[in-house]
Amino acid sequence: MLKPIFYEQVMKRILFIGTAITVFILFFIILYILKNGLPVVDLEFLLSSPKDFGRAGGIFPCIVGTIVLTLVAIIIATPLGVGTAIYLREYTREGRLTSIIRFGTECLAGIPSIIFGLFGFVLFVVYLGFGWSILSGGLTMTFMILPTIIRTSEEAIKSVPASYREVSLSLGATKWQTIIKVVLPSALPGIVTGIILGVARSIEETAVVIFTAGSVLRIPTSLFDSCRTMSVHFYILAREGISMENAYGTAAILIITILLINMFAYWLMHRLMAKYS
Amino acid sequence: MKYRENLIQIGLLLTALSTIAILFLIALFILHEGLPIILKVGIKGFICGSHWSPQQGHFGIFPMIIGTVWITIGALLVSLPLSLSCAIYLSEFSTTKVRAVLKPVIELLAGIPSVVYGFIGMVVLFPMVRNYFGGTGPCILSAAIILGIMILPTITSIAIDSLQAVPYSFREGSLSLGATRWQTIRMVILPAAKSGILSGIILGVGRAVGETMAVIMIAGNSVIIPGSFLDPVRTLTANIALEMNYATGDHRQALFATGIVLFIAIIILNIIANTIARRGVEK
Repeated sequence: MLKPIFYEQVMKRILFIGTAITVFILFFIILYILKNGLPVVDLEFLLSSPKDFGRAGGIFPCIVGTIVLTLVAIIIATPLGVGTAIYLREYTREGRLTSIIRFGTECLAGIPSIIFGLFGFVLFVVYLGFGWSILSGGLTMTFMILPTIIRTSEEAIKSVPASYREVSLSLGATKWQTIIKVVLPSALPGIVTGIILGVARSIEETAVVIFTAGSVLRIPTSLFDSCRTMSVHFYILAREGISMENAYGTAAILIITILLINMFAYWLMHRLMAKYS
Repeated sequence: MKYRENLIQIGLLLTALSTIAILFLIALFILHEGLPIILKVGIKGFICGSHWSPQQGHFGIFPMIIGTVWITIGALLVSLPLSLSCAIYLSEFSTTKVRAVLKPVIELLAGIPSVVYGFIGMVVLFPMVRNYFGGTGPCILSAAIILGIMILPTITSIAIDSLQAVPYSFREGSLSLGATRWQTIRMVILPAAKSGILSGIILGVGRAVGETMAVIMIAGNSVIIPGSFLDPVRTLTANIALEMNYATGDHRQALFATGIVLFIAIIILNIIANTIARRGVEK
């Protein structure tokens, strides 16, 4: 029979080792990619077009593709997501309707990306005839990032103190004026956080993009052009063994972008929370 | 003025209903495309059939279901010990400062693209598996390890939140009765945080079941019912992604039908997670 206090020490060590392994694995992945990828990356790599299917040259069209696709998704998802959050927080009480909408949002967040891919493919690429294009990809991506934007915007709106609204309403402002002039500006950092997380999600995504936006390696000139994002480019380089060197380089750029975006989002959220608590 | 306010309210309601509408649209389209083939082959023949050769008209996805289940169980076996010890340590033993730094760091890692995880599996894990266990590399074991790592941040982060949500008075009460910290954790805090942790685990399962790109890169993709953890398998998601490019007719419908099975599985997991979480809140 172990003494409880000794037992506690043993458990504490075990838990610490578990934590250390977790942190180590996660750091290892990032450092491994950066160590192998960063030597490949230079201005030339970022700003030149790929040659020979990506064996040589840079990734410029993929950077353009990623940015354009993400922009389309964000432009559509932001009003939808923020509107939903405003409705849930400012216009209803908790009840059957809100719980259904919340459940729908949760489900949407949990749906595997491949299902979004199938759906986007049938609806936008085939039925609506957009073909493999930035428009199809962006619209499908909208649905994927919507839950993230709704959730973070809701949190942000929730954190605005009730007194702000009371003052505005007592000065004779209407509900909508209060929301536009008082609530949204105060909640802005949180809403921006949600949008940024949405951006990160759409940069990471691969399966959906292949199914809906295709993988044509050219700089797109219209919304109906196919494009290839960095994730897709990386996947094709790595899986078909076209160029390990350029795959590492692309992965390094991807990881740095995602980490910066996430850190910025975290910093913004932190600032919002510090302001109101 | 009043009129305008009402108009805005209706507009916002419609916006809020858009998520539900999208969910319905997705279900509708997937069902419309996939249901005919399920009806043709029969639900039992489709789900329990172990023969998949679309060119000959055999559509049985049982091997893929088994593959998905094994990989998910394996991923949990890899992930749970690490993520739970990480969560308990950070919530109960570490200083507030360490937690404030490490929690966001771990959450940050949820953002690494799944293709990168798959790539790490190919270049780092395959040689290790070959050396220590034999085989060629792509197999259940490799996929389980990589997926286990991928769901670490999800489970850890939710588990930390649930542990932190346990009122501080619970800890004080237990400690003042003479219990050690570990006894407090085991008998007071873990039972109180159970529902939150469980729903986090289920969300992790959902992520593992739904993962596509990483799995294609490391699971081997053979349509066989695996005999050991070193056999290559194909998951439901991989089945769709691998064959969608060239599938037509019945074959394409069968891929959408695979999507239906996946969709239903994920919705069920979400309902379970939701119920558990709600029960926890009520308590």
